Amino acid sequence: MTESTERPGKIDLQGWVCPVPLRDTPSIVMGHGGGGAMSAELIEHLFLPAYGAAATADLGDSAVLSVGGSTLAFSTDSFVVKPMFFPGGSIGDLAVNGTVNDLAMSGATPLFLSTAYILQEGTDLEELVRIAQRVGAAALAAGVRLVTGDTKVVDHGSGDGVYINTAGIGVIAEGVNINAYRAQVGDAVLISGDVGVHGVAVMSCREGLEFGTAVESDTAPLHELVAAMIATGTDLHVLRDPTRGGVSASLNEIARASGVGIELVEQDIPVPETVRDACGMLGLDPLQVANEGKLVAIVPGEAADVVLQAMQAHPLGRSACRIGTCVPDHAGMVVARTGMGGTRVVDLPIGEQLPRIC
Amino acid sequence: MKYLDEFSNPDLARRLLDQIHAATTRSWAMMEVCGGQTHSIIRHGIDQLLPEGLEMIHGPGCPVCVTPLEIIDKALAIAALDNVIFCSFGDMLRVPGSSQDLFMIKSGGGDVRVVYSPLDALDIARQNPGKEVVFFGIGFETTAPANAMTVYQAKRLGIKNFSMLVSHVLVPPAIAAIMESPTCRVQGFLAAGHVCSVMGTAQYPPLAEKYRVPIVVTGFEPLDILEGIRRTVIQLEEGRHELENAYPRAVPAQGNVPAMAMLQDVFEVTDRTWRGIGMIPASGWKLSGRYAGLDAEQRFDVADIHTTESSICRSGEVLQGLIKPHECAAFGKECTPRKPLGATMVSAEGACAAYYAYRRLDLMEA
Repeated sequence: MTESTERPGKIDLQGWVCPVPLRDTPSIVMGHGGGGAMSAELIEHLFLPAYGAAATADLGDSAVLSVGGSTLAFSTDSFVVKPMFFPGGSIGDLAVNGTVNDLAMSGATPLFLSTAYILQEGTDLEELVRIAQRVGAAALAAGVRLVTGDTKVVDHGSGDGVYINTAGIGVIAEGVNINAYRAQVGDAVLISGDVGVHGVAVMSCREGLEFGTAVESDTAPLHELVAAMIATGTDLHVLRDPTRGGVSASLNEIARASGVGIELVEQDIPVPETVRDACGMLGLDPLQVANEGKLVAIVPGEAADVVLQAMQAHPLGRSACRIGTCVPDHAGMVVARTGMGGTRVVDLPIGEQLPRIC
Repeated sequence: MKYLDEFSNPDLARRLLDQIHAATTRSWAMMEVCGGQTHSIIRHGIDQLLPEGLEMIHGPGCPVCVTPLEIIDKALAIAALDNVIFCSFGDMLRVPGSSQDLFMIKSGGGDVRVVYSPLDALDIARQNPGKEVVFFGIGFETTAPANAMTVYQAKRLGIKNFSMLVSHVLVPPAIAAIMESPTCRVQGFLAAGHVCSVMGTAQYPPLAEKYRVPIVVTGFEPLDILEGIRRTVIQLEEGRHELENAYPRAVPAQGNVPAMAMLQDVFEVTDRTWRGIGMIPASGWKLSGRYAGLDAEQRFDVADIHTTESSICRSGEVLQGLIKPHECAAFGKECTPRKPLGATMVSAEGACAAYYAYRRLDLMEA
C-alpha cells in the first residue's frame, strides 16, 4: 500500500529464517503458503529483492493507486482450497469474496473481477460447472462484474483439480485513507463477529471430523459493511479481513506496520463453542484459524461506539464487538489478557497450522 | 463439549489461587509432567499468579519433544522412499532430524500425510494396496491404545502393506529417572491426567513412597491445574507424600482395563532413549514378538542409522527441570520455533515453545 524506499540488492539467503533445514536446502514447503511468518519472509527475502526497482508496493493484500483523478484499489488472490465444496460455501464463493474483501479492506467499492482457472486434466465438467455457477452467483451477490478471464489445463498429476485466481479493481472515495500503517495509541480494536468459523468448517470437512454441531463457513462479501462503517463519517484507520493466519496474523501485521502494541481482552473475543471445541481437540488457537467473512477494524477510541453501532446494524456485523486497544507498550506485539488474569503473547503463526498429538 | 468453560471460570480460579497463597508458607518446586499442562499453565499465565517461591518445573511430558533424533532420522529415511506413504500426527512434521524434517521430505516429493488417528493410516493402506503405508507411532501411554488397536486390526485383517515405526515412552520410569538425578530439585509432581486415564493410578504410590514426594493426578484446564497445585502444596506443607487423584472425572483408579489388555498384547517394555535426557531403562514400548512383522524398523533397512544430538542446545536440562527455557543462551536467538535447535522448541507443547509463544513479553521486560 505504501512505497518502500529501501531494497536489498540481492536475494539474502543468509538472512533467511525458516525451520532449520530450509536454510541449507531452500525449497518451497507448505508453510510458505500459510499466511504467517514464512509467507511474509518469502515476500521480503525473495520476491521483493528479485523484483528490484520494478516493485512499487509492498505486495500487500491490495494496492492503492492514483490513476487520473481517481484512487483505485487493485488486488489479486489464488484459491486452492480442498475440498472444493464445504459447508457454507465453495472455492467459487471464496474466489469472488476473497478478492472483493481484499479491495474492501482499502475502503474500495469493488467493481471488476478477472477469473483465471488452472484445471487438472481429467477434472469432471459437472463439477467445474457447479464451481463456475457459484462464481457467477457470488459476483452477482457482491455486485461486481466478471470482465476478463483465462483457462489453462495441466497434466494429470501436475495439479489438484481446480485452482482459481481472481484479480479485482475497485474505486476509493475521496477522503478515505485506510491502511495498515495508521493504527495509533488509544485506537479501539473491533471485530465484526465470531472468529475461526471458516477454518473449522473446512477442517471438519477435510478431515472427516465432527464437533457436535455442524459449522458453516462464514464466506461473505464485506464491502457493504465497510461502506456502512465509512458512512458514519469516522476516520477508519485500519481494516483487515483475517483470512489465513487468522486474527492473530492480521493484528500482528498491523502492530508491526504501525509501531504500536495491541492489547486484547481474551474474554471479549467472540469464539463460538463449536470453534473452541474443535480447536481444543486439535490443539489449535482460534485466533490463528482462518475467517472468510469477518473484518478487524482499528478506529479512533472515541469513535468506537459509533462504528460498532453501524456494524451491528448490518447483517454481517450483528455480533460486532470491541476486543482490545492499541497501546504504547510492547510496540509491534500483540498481547492478550487471559481470563485468569495473566497475560500471553498472541504470536504471528509460523506456517501451516499443525494439529497437536495429544 | 462440556467443561471447557466450567473449568476455566475466573471466579473459581481466584478462589483456588487464594487458597494456594494462604497454604504456602515457604518455597517449593513442583513439576508438571505433561506438556499439555505446561501449555495450559503458560497459555493462561497461571505461573504468574502463584505465590513467589512456588516454582513450576516443566517436565519431559511432550511426546514430540522427547522422541529421539535417531528415530526421527529413521522416519525421514523411510518417508523419502518411493513406494511409501508416511502417515504422522501433525506436529511431528516440523521436528528437525539431523538435516531435514518431514516437511522437507514432502517438499522433495515424499508422500507424507497428516492423520488424526492411526486408524486413518490403516484406511490409507487399504486404499493403496500397491504402496507401503507406515504410521509414526509415538507418544506416551495416552496415544498408545489407539496405536495398539491399529496394529491389532492390521494383523487381524491381514493388511500386509501396513507397518508402524514405534517409539513409545512411559511416564513412571521418567519420574523415577528425574528423582534419581543428583541435581534433582523436584519436590512434588502433578501427574499427567490422561496417561492415568489409560493406565490407572496403581503405579504411583510406590514412587511417592520411595522418593517421598507427593504425586497428584491432575487435568489440563486452568481449574484442574490450580487444584493439582493446591493439593500438592498442602501435602508439602503438611509433610505428606501420597498419591491423590485431583482428576477423578477422567481417571478411574483401575484405568481403562480393556485398553491395558490390548497394550499388553501389542507392546512389550524396552529401554528407550529420550531426546535431551538419554537412555532410561525400561522406559518405552516396542511391538511385541507377536506383532514384529508390522515393525517398520524391521521392514525397512534403517538399522544402520545412528545419530547424536546437537551440542549447544540445552533442552536436556530444560526437560529435567534444571534450567528454565530462557536461561539457555540460545533461547529466542539461535533457537526459535521457526528454527528450533532442540525438541522443546519444536512442538507447541514443548516448554521452550510455550515460553516463546506466550511469555516473551515478560522475559523482554525482565
